[in-house]
Parts: sequence; structure tokens; C-alpha cells
Amino acid sequence: MQNRDLVYLQEKAKAIRLGILEAIGVNNKGHLGGSMSAADIVAALYFYKMNHSPNRRQDPDRDRFIFSKGHSALAQYAALAECGYFDKKELANTKKLGAILQGHPERDYTPGVECNTGSLGQGLSIGLGMALGGRLDGKNYKVYVILGDGELAEGQVWEAVTAASFYKADNLVAIIDHNKLQATGPIKKCFDTGNIGAKFSAFGWKTFEIDGHDMKSIVDILDEVDEVKGVPCAIIAHTVKGKGVSFAEGVPSFHNGELTAEQFEQAKLQISNM
Amino acid sequence: MARLECPRDAYGRALLEAATQDSRIVALDADLSGSTMSRYVKENFPDRFFEMGIAEQNMVSVAAGLSLTGKIPFAHSFSVFIVGRAYDQIRQSIAVPKLNVKLVGSSYGLSDFGDGATHQSVEDVAIMRAVPNMTVIVPVDAVEVRQAVKAILEYHGPVYLRISRSPMPVITDCRDEFVIGKPRLVSEGKDIVVYANGLMVSAALKAKEMLEEQGVSLRVINVSSIKPLDAEAVRQLAHGVKGIITAEEHSIIGGLGCAISDIIGEALPLRRVGIADRFGQSASSHGELLEHYGLTPESIVEQAQELLG
Repeated sequence: MQNRDLVYLQEKAKAIRLGILEAIGVNNKGHLGGSMSAADIVAALYFYKMNHSPNRRQDPDRDRFIFSKGHSALAQYAALAECGYFDKKELANTKKLGAILQGHPERDYTPGVECNTGSLGQGLSIGLGMALGGRLDGKNYKVYVILGDGELAEGQVWEAVTAASFYKADNLVAIIDHNKLQATGPIKKCFDTGNIGAKFSAFGWKTFEIDGHDMKSIVDILDEVDEVKGVPCAIIAHTVKGKGVSFAEGVPSFHNGELTAEQFEQAKLQISNM
Repeated sequence: MARLECPRDAYGRALLEAATQDSRIVALDADLSGSTMSRYVKENFPDRFFEMGIAEQNMVSVAAGLSLTGKIPFAHSFSVFIVGRAYDQIRQSIAVPKLNVKLVGSSYGLSDFGDGATHQSVEDVAIMRAVPNMTVIVPVDAVEVRQAVKAILEYHGPVYLRISRSPMPVITDCRDEFVIGKPRLVSEGKDIVVYANGLMVSAALKAKEMLEEQGVSLRVINVSSIKPLDAEAVRQLAHGVKGIITAEEHSIIGGLGCAISDIIGEALPLRRVGIADRFGQSASSHGELLEHYGLTPESIVEQAQELLG
């Protein structure tokens, strides 16, 4: 879409955050924390970087997006709605019986979702398959995969990291939403996955670290990885879980928490004033 | 005595032939291409062969990704590894979204006789049968392997294809059409019907010969397509008999025996010949193991005699 206007992209990130709230609603469990932490990156991908359109969903040249941390799908749903893949009213039906928006992304249900994720650790492998298929067809598209930092405990991620390096998949970009919290608490205390950047580098990836809420840093790095040839790229995005909602920021219970009516209104107000 | 042919070699050549005709076909393997015979694709179409290393989970999810770009991926390993090691990837990445990925489980059952229980699969069919959207095919011989490769290519969706390591007697007439879901009548008979697959079809034919001297006539059915399975066809093939035997190189839990029992219910007495809820073990030949686990013509004869009182 290639609109590098940062204010415009920040407004889109705001729309995504409001969409996340809409999808969670009042007194319902919803993955607020990890959706909010990824919202700025998702906005930059859908409204700046990726070649995609709801009018050409099957375009073989489109860029692909995979939310490997599938529980944060609300950010993707909000972005897809904002792009016009489906009516924004669908957000309020998220996770209801018969809804097109499932608890975790499913391509058969939701226009614009490229593959199924939810069982953690599989998205990067699927993305690698898409990258290898694209190369075989002589396509220039890129595959962007957002992983969680807690997700990096899954062994399959490192199988994929090894394979992507072996296959020199420079059309594959892994973005780590490094919000430092997993479901049960701080990663450092629960299950420390170590120095993420050093690990990716050791596996032969070109690695970058950014502030995952600074729109200029995000778009700059997304452009920079285009210049990298012969190795896959990993962007470690330092983020805050629950970003934009003060009472949820860095609070583990909002990994999959409920909002009271009062909290919902407060969150909406805070995001609108971001 | 029927001539023997190696199904895994037939498989590798059939895949190569298909890949020659259809550029969408790609093959993936987890360091077993010399055994699964995906090596023929590797040697002839190196760009369309992906060595995924000893990492089955990643291989299966990469296959899912490839299928999402319009490729038809065939992912290979031993049965025990592709089903067991990559179960969640099969379920989540492939079966839930009904992706067009073909999973090829080689060296099934006890056919990797020397390597012991870790390399022998006794429960793979049970696991794959239980997965919604999955098709499960166990070809009876090299001819049927070739037919099955063609058939699963024409079918758009996930398939688990089970290939033996051992040479198998060729009993399929290549002029007979293979249809996914259809049991195939191999030999007519009137007293007992034996639903079998894989090597146990030949065992059933041998049992039939042995029983003929006693005036007992077996009807032998090859159920190479375990899922889907045409229930009406199964019922019709049991018409007029006094009892049913199932025979498979698999645990008696969850495989062909259960599939037939699900259809027949209590309409007829049913006996199962299979591996009695045990793991495999090492031996000096496949035949030795088949005998040890009772996967023999004699077992079928015994069950038939008991059924007829």
C-alpha cells in the first residue's frame, strides 16, 4: 500500500487497537495483551509495506502475512476489517458460534487469513513453505511472520530457523513481538528464552532490533530488510504487552482477560487519545 | 505364487512419473529419501525436492505452506515418525484447513523388522483415521501403489499413504479401477468374508486355499481405502456369509478392524487378526515378526474355524 505518512499509519494503528477492543467487548475473555503489543507492526505491514488488496485475495504476487502467535489474531482481524476484507461489524461477533472470526486464525472462515495458526510454533515453518513455493515460481513476494517471544520455546521454531537459513530464504521475514510476558508471567522468570537476537544471528539470520511501537523505526526496518539478500531476516521488536491500555500494560492477567464496562470505556478513551 | 514387487520402489517411480507430468508436485523428506524412495524426485528434479533434515515437524508445516502456493507437496518419512512426531502439525497445519498435502508413511507396521519398536508403527492408522478431513490409504501391492498415487493426486485434500518396506505379492489387476473409498473384491467365497489390507490380503488368500480342503469358502476383500470407506459396499460384500474376519498389520485398536466393526455393528460375528495392543520388536526378518505377532494365514484359518463352530 506504500503510504509512508507516519501520522496516517499511527491512526491506522489506533483503528486496529479500537478494533481489538470491539472484538473483545465487555465481560468476555479476549487476548488483549498480545494483540495490543503487535498492533503497530500489524498496521505498518497492512497499511504500508505489504502488497495486498481485498479485491485480489488470490493474487499470486501478493505478500503474505502469518500471525504465528495466533492468539493475537484480533490485531489481524481489526486490520483486515479496516482494509475492507469484511465488514467491521463482524468484529463484534468474534468467537461467537458461526462467526467468520474464530478464536484463532482459520483461512476457511476469514477472508484475508492465509493459513491456520494457534498451536504455537508452526507459523514460521508454514511461512518458509510459502517462501520456497514463491521462489520456485519466480515470484518476488515476501512472507512476514509475527512470532511471540514466549513462542520461541517451541522447538519447531528452531527447526524452521535452521531450514530457512539453509535455504537462504531472503523472502522470509520473522518479526518477534518481544513483549516480555507469556501467559503465566514474565518470560525472564517463567521460562527465559535467552538472547533472542544472538540466537537468530547464530543460526545465520540477519537480525535487527527496534522499538516495536515507534512507527518510523518499524517502517524503516521493513524497508531495510528488502535490501538483505541471501539470508532470512529477523526483526526483534521490543514491545509492551497491552500497549495503549494503561491498566493492562505489562499485566500478565490481560494475556487473555476480561474488561468490565468501565474498563472498556476507559481503554477506548485512552486509545483514542494516543 | 504371485510375483513379488517392492511397493516402496514402485511408489518412488510412480511419484517421479507424476512429477514429470505435473510441475506442481514437490517432494519433502526428513533424511530418509533413500528409503522412502523420494530420492527419484530428488535426482531428477532437484529444485522440487526439499531435504528438510531430521526435523519432521518443520517438514510437515513447510509442506502446508507450499500447498498454499498451489504446489502439491508429498512429505515423506517412516510411518512412525511422520504420524507420531508431526501429529500436531498434521492436525493443525494441514487437516483443519483441508490442505492438499500428501503424507507418505513408509516402512509401516513391522516391515522395518531389524530396527525394533521405535521404528515400527502399530498405531498410525488409528491416529490418522481419527483426524477429520484425512484420507487413509494402505495399498496392497506395487500395482495398487501406482494406482493410489494417481488417485490421491486427483483428490484435492490431505491424504495419509502407508507404504511397506517389504516386497509384496502382486494381486491387483492393473485393469481394475482403484477408487478412493471402495473396497475391492479379490476372491469370491460364501462362508466367511475377510476384510484385509496390505500383506494380510495375501495371507487371507493363503488361508482360503488352506480352508478349501475342509470345504470352507472365504471371500477376500482388499480394503486399501480405510478412510473414507463406502459403508454400503462393505455391507453388501458381507451378504450371505456367516461371519467376518478383519486382518491387518496394525494394532487391533483403531485400524481396519474398527473401521469394519463400525459399519457392521453386531449384525454378524466379527473376529480381528492384528497386533494385540503391543509394540513391535527387532527380528531377523519381517516374516519372523509377522509369525510372532500372529499375522499369518494360520491365524485367519483358526478364526474362521471358530466362527463356523
